Amino acid sequence: MYSVKEPDAGTPQRVSEESVTLDVDGVSVTVPAGTSVMRAAAEAQVRVPKLCATDSLEAFGSCRLCLVEIAGRKGYPASCTTVAEAGMKVRTQSDKLAKLRRGMMELYISDHPLDCLTCPSNGNCELQEMAGVVGLREVRYGYEGANHLKQEKDTSNPYFTFDPTKCIACSRCVRACEETQGTFALTLVGRGFESKIAAGPTDFLGSECVSCGACVQACPTATLMEKSIIDKGQPDHSVVTTCAYCGVGCSFRAEMKGNEVVRMVPNKDGHANHGHSCVKGRFAWGYATHPDRVKKPMIRARITDPWREVSWEEAVTYAASEFRRIQAQYGRDSVGGITSSRCSNEETYLVQKLVRAAFGNNNVDTCARVCHSPTGYGLKTTLGESAGTQDFDSVEKADVIVVIGANPTDGHPVFASQLKRRLRQGAKLIVLDPRTIDLVRMPHVEASHHLQLRPGTNVAVINALAHVVVTEGLHKEDFVRARCDHREFDKWKAFIVDPRNSPEALEETTGVPAIEVRAAARLYATGGNAAIYYGLGVTEHSQGSTMVIGIANLAMVTGNIGRPGVGVNPLRGQNNVQGSCDMGSFPHELPGYRHVSDPGVRDLFGAEWGVQLESEPGLRIPNMFDAAVDGSFKGLYVQGEDIAQSDPDTHHVTRALEAMECIVVHDLFMNETAKFAHVFFPGSSFLEKDGTFTNAERRISRVRKVMPPLAGLADWEATMALSNALGYPMHYDHPSQIMDEIARLTPTFTGVSYGKLDRLGSIQWPCNDKAPEGTPVMHVDEFVRGKGRFVLTEYVPTEERSTRKFPLILTTGRILSQYNVGAQTRRTQNVVWHQEDRLELHPHDAEERGIRDGDWVSVRSRAGETALRALITEKMQPGVVYTTFHYPESGANVVTTENSDWATNCPEYKVTAVQVGKVNEPSEWQKRFAEQARQQSGLLPR
Amino acid sequence: MNAQKLVKMANEIAAFFDAEPDRQVVLDGVAGHIKRFWDPRMRRELLRWLDEHGGEGLKPTAIEAIRTHRDELVPRA
Repeated sequence: MYSVKEPDAGTPQRVSEESVTLDVDGVSVTVPAGTSVMRAAAEAQVRVPKLCATDSLEAFGSCRLCLVEIAGRKGYPASCTTVAEAGMKVRTQSDKLAKLRRGMMELYISDHPLDCLTCPSNGNCELQEMAGVVGLREVRYGYEGANHLKQEKDTSNPYFTFDPTKCIACSRCVRACEETQGTFALTLVGRGFESKIAAGPTDFLGSECVSCGACVQACPTATLMEKSIIDKGQPDHSVVTTCAYCGVGCSFRAEMKGNEVVRMVPNKDGHANHGHSCVKGRFAWGYATHPDRVKKPMIRARITDPWREVSWEEAVTYAASEFRRIQAQYGRDSVGGITSSRCSNEETYLVQKLVRAAFGNNNVDTCARVCHSPTGYGLKTTLGESAGTQDFDSVEKADVIVVIGANPTDGHPVFASQLKRRLRQGAKLIVLDPRTIDLVRMPHVEASHHLQLRPGTNVAVINALAHVVVTEGLHKEDFVRARCDHREFDKWKAFIVDPRNSPEALEETTGVPAIEVRAAARLYATGGNAAIYYGLGVTEHSQGSTMVIGIANLAMVTGNIGRPGVGVNPLRGQNNVQGSCDMGSFPHELPGYRHVSDPGVRDLFGAEWGVQLESEPGLRIPNMFDAAVDGSFKGLYVQGEDIAQSDPDTHHVTRALEAMECIVVHDLFMNETAKFAHVFFPGSSFLEKDGTFTNAERRISRVRKVMPPLAGLADWEATMALSNALGYPMHYDHPSQIMDEIARLTPTFTGVSYGKLDRLGSIQWPCNDKAPEGTPVMHVDEFVRGKGRFVLTEYVPTEERSTRKFPLILTTGRILSQYNVGAQTRRTQNVVWHQEDRLELHPHDAEERGIRDGDWVSVRSRAGETALRALITEKMQPGVVYTTFHYPESGANVVTTENSDWATNCPEYKVTAVQVGKVNEPSEWQKRFAEQARQQSGLLPR
Repeated sequence: MNAQKLVKMANEIAAFFDAEPDRQVVLDGVAGHIKRFWDPRMRRELLRWLDEHGGEGLKPTAIEAIRTHRDELVPRA
């Protein structure tokens, strides 16, 4: 339940072109057809008592507190389940209604502990409040009868408790689990007095519960209660901000006691999440004040020296002098910077500005390099803009949903709940994934087609789908002729109809039966609005950009673009992947995706920044490593990214980092990269600064400071200080001034300001004179590039192939409870669900190697070797193994190779040929890693 | 820069554009991509490899594209 109260109209809003006018307690009110009497009353500012109703859930009608009288009708209907009708005269208060309501409350309270003063919900309990509203003064039944007051509390979940003694069996939690989250973990078992809420035959921790918090939020009593509230009490104020985890970008209310967060609750008005959350955003925020946070700047001359705590001024001056020394010695292009998708737009903008204006080169890149850089390339090439085409709400109008190389229930759980809701309403699902992800079959969801392709064959499958569409005449010729470049289309058509692209010809390559490909293609092309959602299983391949282009081709040829319910939707991994790319973090582009070779664009920025800008592209992250090993790249400022853990081919990354003379790490924690650093700038968490994040749907949302930076400076202030020390003056009093500068220089942002964000809540770019309040769906009347461009997508097999020596294919990914390199989530109680990275493999592959579940196994590729414990599962197909990369000691990237996307150098994390076998001890790399960790730990200040 | 790695990257770019039926589009595409996305030191090393090793390891399309557009690929001093 919300403690800093938001209005609750009791039942969900209805959308209808028809409206009805009725009278509630003498007030005339007009509402959309289908609206409940309870909600109509709320619209008329009339409050009807309620317990089982809340406006995030469909009406249930069990508590009988919301009874009303309706003229001309017998009895006392529940206002929550009664639909408003034209001319209705509703009365919400009468002596009889008051008596009925008091009677109901007497029954509830007769079986409820009378411990209000010591209850964690005290002052914020709907039962307590309703007792007051109905005027309860006595409980005639007494408290001595049969009751539930001795039932045991379930404290198994790390974040909330379930106290059945306080339960009124209103089913709000059960319905929240079903309707809001779509997990169906909770149920109401038993009948009558025996009715009770249960998380299956086990406790909450052992159940199917995904700890999204929807049930806790829906609970009107203290039955489901956050442990943080039990420990710290109710908050005194709240601040609306944006989650710093995945690319869904959920809006939250940070509930505070002074400067301390006591709870994060999803914001009902949040445009991306509509009041829903996942276990990370809702509960896993404790990392922000974890004892591991570094709070003082540190420097050292060599990476074998002890760290020395210094003032910000000394740290910044030292870093600047080192960068200038290196540039004087090795040349202007010998230094660079890396921006972070975990930092705000404003911080990212400042880092790239520092590199371009203060360093004087374009050696700036961002962690999107290793995730969605092919999205930028592929969508810009075909559609004209490096971004997804839709808003999340678009899925509610989709009839066919295609999920390619993404695992939304783990990676983007709040959007997954919205997607599953649409599937429960009848939309069809097609999944393209080597693994049997949960969406393939789960409660009330089943994919119509699961194209379980072999890793590395995405392009072959997308070509086969397009081949079927065109050769069977299922394409939208009218759309293509009106909206796309004819010459390019004709060329593409000739390419795609070639028999080599048929499902039958490619069946042996992809492993997908041709009949399934044909059926999926027909469904996509003819099933109504069809929308594609994709993730890193598309981009992190040697043909990642080709696959993105193939997806855009397929959407264009079927006319599935430019309206709600369709589109091409990249699911971004981190909170600000879209924003960091928008802000000019790539070495070839200034903010707004404008190439550095364009003299007009350079002049624009040069005039604002007072410098002459470099016209040649700079180094991308993998190129930085190569140049470091080569000796031409010596200094790096890396903000908010742990390249030593997250980037592929760890041996090569480590060699590169060791070869540099000045690495400045700007982060919350001493991460893996910091072991190779010479300067450490302590970072600020999303709770400690103002700014904006841009989510996967191009939605810009405010991040608001709720506590002072623990280390004294917000990240944007530290970057500014470094720039000033480098001799390039930067001065901003507040991040809003940085956004104003971005808006002045970027055509898609000209209408964005903090004032407008405060007024609208969020804005989807482009936001300018043509679209003053933003753009939910792009390419409506024409593509951003004018005519849509079909591009040929020849399937080129990756060079990384299984052999006798390395017969299995390793693919990597992440899970629900952990996030990226785990720096945040490993420092929360989310470790309860995932204490180590495991190697998942099919029972057949395990049996062949004599491997049992839980055995330690080596994972060896041509790049390196590590050891993990085995997890045997039929989610894997034979020949394919999988692991996560949330723990540094796992060394997942010791095994991955330097192979990368042809266009962007995005690493091919998803295809590594490996051999797996039983072992009894860690790999040599793991032994060295442990020793290095011990040594580096000894160099930290005591 | 590691010339072998640059050769591999150039070949992969060539493999993508090779699908185009129009040879000029292929050559423009390969060279244009390298020009737009490669840092000058990478281009310099690739050109050196072509000059000193006859483009050993490079696919014919890559060699032809680089030779055709050599002037555009040479970083400015």
